[in-house]
Amino acid sequence: MSFKMNLMEGTNFNASSLTALQKVTLRAVVMSFLFYGLAAIEGTLMRVALVNPSIPPIHGAPEHFFSIMTVHPIIGIFGSTYQLVFAAFMFLIPFLTKKPLYSVGLANFVWIMITIGSALAWIAAFIWSYAPLYTLYWPLPADTAQFNVIGGIVFIIGVALIMIGTLGFIYNIYATIFAKVGVHANKTTKELLISGFGIDGMLNLVHKLTGKPPYSKEPALSLPVVAIFRGTVDTFLDALVILGAGILVLVYLLADVSGASWDVHAVDALLYKNFFWWGLDLVADGLVLIYVAGSWYLLATLITGQKLFMENVARAALLLELFVSWMVWSHHLLADQGQPEMMKLISGEMVTMFELLTQGLALFITLMTLWKARPLKMTMELKYLLAGLLGFGLAVPAAIIQADMGMNRILHNTQWIIGAHVHVALLTGLYMTLYSVVYVLWPLLTNNTKLFSMKFANAHFYLHLIGSVGMGAFMGMAGLEGMLRRHFYMDGEYQTFMILAAIAAIMMVVAWVIFMANIIMSVGLKGLVGIFLPASDDTATFGIDPQPSVVVSQKK
Amino acid sequence: MTFETSVELLKFHNVAYTVYAMLIISVIAWFAYNLTREKKAEPIVRIPFYLYIGFLVAMGVGHHIFTYNTIPWVSEDIMRHNITPDKTFQIKMANHKFDMPEKMEIKKGEKVLFDAHSSDLVYGFGLFRQDGSMISQMQVNPGSRNDLLWTFNECGEFDVRSTEYAGPAGNAMFVKKVVIVTGCDKKGA
Ligand SMILES: [Cu+2]
Repeated sequence: MSFKMNLMEGTNFNASSLTALQKVTLRAVVMSFLFYGLAAIEGTLMRVALVNPSIPPIHGAPEHFFSIMTVHPIIGIFGSTYQLVFAAFMFLIPFLTKKPLYSVGLANFVWIMITIGSALAWIAAFIWSYAPLYTLYWPLPADTAQFNVIGGIVFIIGVALIMIGTLGFIYNIYATIFAKVGVHANKTTKELLISGFGIDGMLNLVHKLTGKPPYSKEPALSLPVVAIFRGTVDTFLDALVILGAGILVLVYLLADVSGASWDVHAVDALLYKNFFWWGLDLVADGLVLIYVAGSWYLLATLITGQKLFMENVARAALLLELFVSWMVWSHHLLADQGQPEMMKLISGEMVTMFELLTQGLALFITLMTLWKARPLKMTMELKYLLAGLLGFGLAVPAAIIQADMGMNRILHNTQWIIGAHVHVALLTGLYMTLYSVVYVLWPLLTNNTKLFSMKFANAHFYLHLIGSVGMGAFMGMAGLEGMLRRHFYMDGEYQTFMILAAIAAIMMVVAWVIFMANIIMSVGLKGLVGIFLPASDDTATFGIDPQPSVVVSQKK
Repeated sequence: MTFETSVELLKFHNVAYTVYAMLIISVIAWFAYNLTREKKAEPIVRIPFYLYIGFLVAMGVGHHIFTYNTIPWVSEDIMRHNITPDKTFQIKMANHKFDMPEKMEIKKGEKVLFDAHSSDLVYGFGLFRQDGSMISQMQVNPGSRNDLLWTFNECGEFDVRSTEYAGPAGNAMFVKKVVIVTGCDKKGA
């Protein structure tokens, strides 16, 4: 087949054979990877600007630099990660529970909301240079002396739409898990809830230890479903907090537009910070860690075809992580002297330490499950899974180090935090895990479409892995030498590290281009358009008997 | 081991984390290599894994507890309300500007309190060496107490920079050589 033909038609992809569930999942996946590319390009622009500030499009202007820095995490975390994770889970829950998704319409609403919301936030930064950064520290987002008030309103509306889409996702997941149809036809809500929170795993462990039969009850929900449910609890709280903060900011901005000038100091900055970090931390310490652990368990069982090692411990660990994730936010406030010392010590330092244990356990359980199934074939999904495990192996200890009252005094707000911890956790840990999920779901979502090139897949893997670990390492080293995050250095400070980090960032952009080329050459431009056309088959399940059309198309 | 200044601590930390990173990368690489080999899994292989997990926990938790007792400023920070400082400097911040003494002169070993107040935005107060490395810092929130008690164990001229983002104008919040510490035996030590 000629290159041009391949570009138009793909390998053997047929968009019209897809069900409604497959289509809505693929739509969100496509949007997610487009936003990922945008975030990667924005990140690279900032990296390059730190090497040579006068380079276009930033031209040495802090306003421009910081407006990019403001939307970069919004695009990366919400536009890309949220979309990808939500898409995968709205497909996986029906797949794992063998029940239909509660609503395909709602699933479509979710990706549209997140896409429009992320785009609005981006536009606010692009047109009005609105730049309070994602931390939204009070009263910066409502500071109309520095920022255009219209830009602020557009930004906040964008974030609010993302959160409304998020609530739609949560409703869809809960309604699907608790629907009493199929395998759950004769389960009570109580049984499903006990399983969802991991309480049955804890009870099984207690019964085993105290010798009280029956030692082990078959849980109502499979382990990955438990992890998704558990993570969704945090996503819900987090959405409420960010929405709440957004409404507060919006009230002040609207008051400003109407000519009233309300006293921004009526809101206590430290109290607001506590509220905001409690919610925002649920994205990082709640959602990412739990969703990731759940994805590892799912991937390990799918790749090996065997039961998970120490399953009850894994379930109990998810319950433990629930309480841990709610109580760790003070590690973001260790340099805030107004924060009570006891809070810093207990929440910020002691409880945060448990994340090493919960995450270390998830890592161990996944590795053991893989090891027991030796020998395994080194497939793409296994490769990505191992890289994902490595990412968290590097990033979680990096976080524990800065969540220390002594270390935080010299690491707070430095590039160490954003490089060695955040970027390694997200780019190496989370994205490699998500790519593994993508490779596992690929045949199911595309009805066994042949991947265009394995060489491309491998090139993407190595470029992304080396680029992400390398960038995190060089940013981290600069941080140890005092380089601040959220700062635009214009006099060639930390030049060596910044050049190396910029090279690593460019590697990741190249990796993304290769990945996208591989996907587009596989599905073809026609197929890509076809994904967004309405589905003729409105099936909302995957791979179960009453919908023979799906099964048939699977077997073709 | 005790750490007198942040330079020593950061150096130690740099080496410790690099060693750890190399270790975990090689463990995963070793694991991946063995995963595809024909040989059937033996129960004995569990031992290195338990060791590995034990190592992870010991490293993470250990680093924590270990540094807690060796970093002098932690206990001082927790007890700062009961300590009478030798010197106090008032730092006022507003409109992306520092309002503080032109020169803050300090003798090595003195306990100095930096008492910062912001009347508008959230800022940061950070002390830096001439090579750009950080001595210490705190957040400065409007409406709450922001007091950093610090004992300088090193001499030299130090810069003050805002370490928290407060809008693009905050980038210029940088005052050179405003803190001067003297009284060291050897020059610069
Ligand atoms: Cu956190």
